[in-house]
Amino acid sequence: MSTDTPASAPSESTAERYLAVQRSDEFAGLRRALRGFVFPMTVAFFLWYALYVILSAYARGFMGTKLVGNINVALVFGLLQFVSTFVIAWLYSRFANRRIDPVADRIRAEMGEVNHEHGPRG
Amino acid sequence: MNTVLAAEAGSTTARNLTITLFLIFVAITLAITVWASRQTKTATDFYAGGRSFSGFQNGMAIGGDYMSAASFLGIAGIIALYGYDGFLYSIGFLVAWLVALLLVAELLRNSGRYTMADVLAFRMRQRPVRTAAAVSTITVSIFYLLAQMVGAGALVALLLGIKPGTTFLGMDADTAKVATIILVGALMIIYVTVGGMKGTTYVQIVKAFLLMSGALVMTLLVLAKYKFNLSSLLGDAADASGKGAAFLEPGLRYGVETPGDALKTFYSKMDLLSLGIALVLGTAGLPHILIRFYTVPTARAARKSVLWAIGIIGAFYLLTLALGFGAAAIVGGQAITAQDKAGNTAAPQLAEALGVDFFGGNLGGATLLAIIAAVAFATILAVVAGLTLASSSSLAHDFYANVVKRGETSERQEVNVARISALGIGAVSIVLSIFAQNLNVAFLVALAFAVAASGNLPAILYSLFWKRFNTSGAVWSIYGGLLAAVLLVFFSPVVSGAPTAMFPDHDWHWFPLSNPGIISIPFGFLCGWLGTILSKESDEEKYAELEVRSLTGAGAH
Repeated sequence: MSTDTPASAPSESTAERYLAVQRSDEFAGLRRALRGFVFPMTVAFFLWYALYVILSAYARGFMGTKLVGNINVALVFGLLQFVSTFVIAWLYSRFANRRIDPVADRIRAEMGEVNHEHGPRG
Repeated sequence: MNTVLAAEAGSTTARNLTITLFLIFVAITLAITVWASRQTKTATDFYAGGRSFSGFQNGMAIGGDYMSAASFLGIAGIIALYGYDGFLYSIGFLVAWLVALLLVAELLRNSGRYTMADVLAFRMRQRPVRTAAAVSTITVSIFYLLAQMVGAGALVALLLGIKPGTTFLGMDADTAKVATIILVGALMIIYVTVGGMKGTTYVQIVKAFLLMSGALVMTLLVLAKYKFNLSSLLGDAADASGKGAAFLEPGLRYGVETPGDALKTFYSKMDLLSLGIALVLGTAGLPHILIRFYTVPTARAARKSVLWAIGIIGAFYLLTLALGFGAAAIVGGQAITAQDKAGNTAAPQLAEALGVDFFGGNLGGATLLAIIAAVAFATILAVVAGLTLASSSSLAHDFYANVVKRGETSERQEVNVARISALGIGAVSIVLSIFAQNLNVAFLVALAFAVAASGNLPAILYSLFWKRFNTSGAVWSIYGGLLAAVLLVFFSPVVSGAPTAMFPDHDWHWFPLSNPGIISIPFGFLCGWLGTILSKESDEEKYAELEVRSLTGAGAH
């Protein structure tokens, strides 16, 4: 959390500050970086998963092909879904630590601590 | 090999040991709950455990919330009876966490406070959106809650080995079921009203640890029996099933091919796709999972907790794969269906067989059975507590404080209402569960996932990512998705018109699939879009605030 809490100018309301930040280049870059990673990645894992489900429904012969002993394509394909889930989670965490957190921290620090008039609506 | 669940010599020992272990779990968790209640002073403590948990702790607690009896007993059972198809469930349930990780967890943590509706209503008119969110939260949670409690009732007679015609403490099997439902209900009410989120979270952590340990030990024993040769375990399972190689391939349970009936085959395959979609999109819309992200201090900790959860849950599903095939190979399908037609007792039966093999005869079998049975009860207890907390939080924070009182209420009042709500929801679920005892449990869980994916997820994603989204869109998507899912199930073969239906003697079904997801999820998204563009409302300033807060954590609670 930032310690430099500027005595926010009374002329600038909280709403205006948020609008200003949202329109800044730095924030646009943050949004672009995040969406540029999570949207394609979501599409990718969803298609990969859909492929698995569709093959399970319609390509039984292929899925039943034995590879080693009693281990068949269906089992390996299923285990690959586990592997891809773990790998995507790891990639995202690395990406977020490097590309998202520092920018988010910087913007938050520049804004200072925003003082909210919070009712119970949160 | 002795696979009779209640082998005469061991049955009394197993029963006494199960009860003793279960009572120890209850005593420990009640002590934690009382301790947690002393630390619970503010509304943030009650709803969000003071936001003081670490990523790892919350990851364990998420695992605890997610690995329900349906996962542990249900998936192991489906694999034991139908082979590969049970694995499809595990995969859907795991991949689903990527939706939560990439799109929901951190943004929700940054912009919300106590409930799912905090994010949905952030830039909308409070009363309509919070009412809709409370309705869907309570609907999802009650379906899920019923599934767990009915499951607990069904299991107790089997796990305690109460056979028809015999009694336990003067209770026959039916009385014991009702007594179990009341006991489980009473305990969950105590955990939630006394311990709040802090107590509930620690209960989840203890349970997750016990469940993982139990599953790990059993898996190691299964693998040791097969000298860690997976292929020979699979081969034995396939042979014992009497279905040969088909047991290791998809198609025995879902997407069944009926030769000569192309339409039936088509519907069965569509049902498989529908189930697959609902599983993967439901998780990130389950209210009791979403509120877990508020228990950590920052978005970064929320991310860590999902990463831990993915690791824990993924490992657990790999273990259930070994347990399911192990039960098929070692216990055998016939012995399992003799105990329970749905296969829910496969894991406990496997425990007994392994105990007999590895730890010296019936006493060893009884001991391992007792441990696993106690773990199963602990599992059910922890999950119902999480669900009760989610629905009572929504009732108090969304409906009472923001709709009825329009935000004019004190924290203390709101938390008191949450406690009373937990009592009320607990009481209602006890009564409903007693009446719903003969209901098909799996269908309740599937329905909860379908409603979460059709009603909640579209509203959450639109809220976080679509600037134009507004009150009307939020209300439309929640009610539209919810109604579509519930109505399609009502007119499906799950409810009427099939031998396995809730009302097998009546037939009003016209929807051919048992899972509504493939229709109701796109419908929920469509309603949200249509509702939005039909209304002129748009609040640019509030969206700026939501977007900046959700991405940077500025002003986060």
